[in-house]
Amino acid sequence: MDLTRLTIHEMQELLTKREVSATELVRSVLDRIGRVDGQVKAYTTVTEDAALKQAEAVDRLRATGAPLPPLAGIPLAIKDVICTQGVRTTCASKILEPYVPPYDATVIRRLKAQEAILLGKTNMDEFAMGSSTENSAFFQTRNPWALDYVPGGSSGGSAAAVAADLCAASLGSDTGGSIRQPASFCGIAGLKPTYGRVSRYGLVAFASSLDQIGPFTKDIRDCAIMLRAIAGHDPHDSTSVDLPVPDYGAALTGDVRGIRIGIPDEYFVEGMDPEVEAAIWAAIRTLEELGGTQEKVSLPHTPYAIATYYLVATAEASSNLARYDGVRYGYRTSKPDDLLEMYQRSRREGFGPEVKRRIMLGTYALSAGYYDAYYLKAQKVRTLIRRDFERAFDTCEVIATPTSPTPPFKFGEKMDDPLQMYLSDIFTISVNLAGLPGISIPCGFTKAGLPIGLQLIGKPFDEATILKVAHAYEQATDWHRCTPAV
Amino acid sequence: MMKITLAEVEHVARLARLELTLEEKERMRAQLDSILSHIDTLNELDTSAVEPTSHVLPMTNVFREDEATPSLAQEAALANAPDRHDLFFRVPRILEE
Repeated sequence: MDLTRLTIHEMQELLTKREVSATELVRSVLDRIGRVDGQVKAYTTVTEDAALKQAEAVDRLRATGAPLPPLAGIPLAIKDVICTQGVRTTCASKILEPYVPPYDATVIRRLKAQEAILLGKTNMDEFAMGSSTENSAFFQTRNPWALDYVPGGSSGGSAAAVAADLCAASLGSDTGGSIRQPASFCGIAGLKPTYGRVSRYGLVAFASSLDQIGPFTKDIRDCAIMLRAIAGHDPHDSTSVDLPVPDYGAALTGDVRGIRIGIPDEYFVEGMDPEVEAAIWAAIRTLEELGGTQEKVSLPHTPYAIATYYLVATAEASSNLARYDGVRYGYRTSKPDDLLEMYQRSRREGFGPEVKRRIMLGTYALSAGYYDAYYLKAQKVRTLIRRDFERAFDTCEVIATPTSPTPPFKFGEKMDDPLQMYLSDIFTISVNLAGLPGISIPCGFTKAGLPIGLQLIGKPFDEATILKVAHAYEQATDWHRCTPAV
Repeated sequence: MMKITLAEVEHVARLARLELTLEEKERMRAQLDSILSHIDTLNELDTSAVEPTSHVLPMTNVFREDEATPSLAQEAALANAPDRHDLFFRVPRILEE
């Protein structure tokens, strides 16, 4: 049996029955990383020795007969934007290349409290800005389904690592689609929880009113396990909400009879890839056969979402990224003459082109004379986008859409035209602006063998319902069992 | 019509503490111009009676007890410093001699 193929719950079963040890499990995944990651290039850092030591510790604990938490011994990967104490956290940027955090993010503390095994850090678009992982300052991550295609972004490394069985599951972050779009491109499940559901403490900030951490998994049961592990209130993040965390596994009943599935007209527009559109309609029919009902809903401000997002997100980013000044941590230019030159040169040499572009756009939108016309205007349109969803959820429990208007694209295809790259986030961005939970699950392949993703959007803090619907769909289909040849 | 001029790009770069070459400034101007033209579609909407959303959660101030708790040791806080002197971050001189 190939242990690397297993889901978290399958691994749990073998570990609990002591048919396999955590050390064997972790060793087999590390071996596969050694054989395959040279092609996929999902990891920026692999912490092999620490992972094996952790696994041995879990095996010793299990030998004592003590009851162990659900993630004990499960090998996981972490997007390189989440702080890990003593392990380099680069954000795939030159400016943070040498940075070794002195503390763990809250999600990392929670995973460690469950005795999960951390295999290493995964590649991403620099500072999570991008949709293809091509903006990494270090190297490109390849799509495991077709190595000359992008894995999506910005959490491309975390998605590719799960798809290629280089970890059991992983964490990513999603500001405008950075979990859901790469999950769609790599043929796996990826969940962005409700804003406030998961602590952002220790997540390097991009756009603070939009960022949220979430899991990539091989199936929905795993997604429920991971969300339950990381969710909950954290005094270190004042935007994390003090609500009970339900047992998401208990929601996976397979019964979706009577659930109303909203289909927004505005998401089925001309220009969408015909193979993607066909796969989404087929998925909606499957949900109907399971007892769900289709409801027409309208999200009339959808055409304004990209413009709104690229003002709100860049304004917040320009402010968040002001901290990279070459003083306390990160890269500093050599031999600056004065303080101003130190700031300007360190930032010039440390940031890549997309990050500079967004800092510029955000600074412009916030600058004197433009604030009302751009930033305030965007915040008002954000209200209209939120209201669209509130109204739509009066008549449905979940909204179903494509995750991305196209299947994965080739390297270089959109790099020369930032606006075209931004437009590829059209179906995911509104969910962040409205603060809602959203999941992407595999729902088919193109004739060329590239994965297609279905997005399910839920009401605030109702992850349980989108997981329930995703799980019922998964039970009725085999897409999640397909694995790439890599 | 040009949405953003080269002089504005230079002004914004100064505000953002980013040094750009002339070539970068010109490319940046053209790219920002095309992005800002797309952003102009927002003006089709009348938002005069709409409240802005800065944050989706219905929370304002979040308070906690003012209690001292352990924080980073000085050495740990300085461990990532590009340059330091004893227990301080060192930066280029900011005052004239």
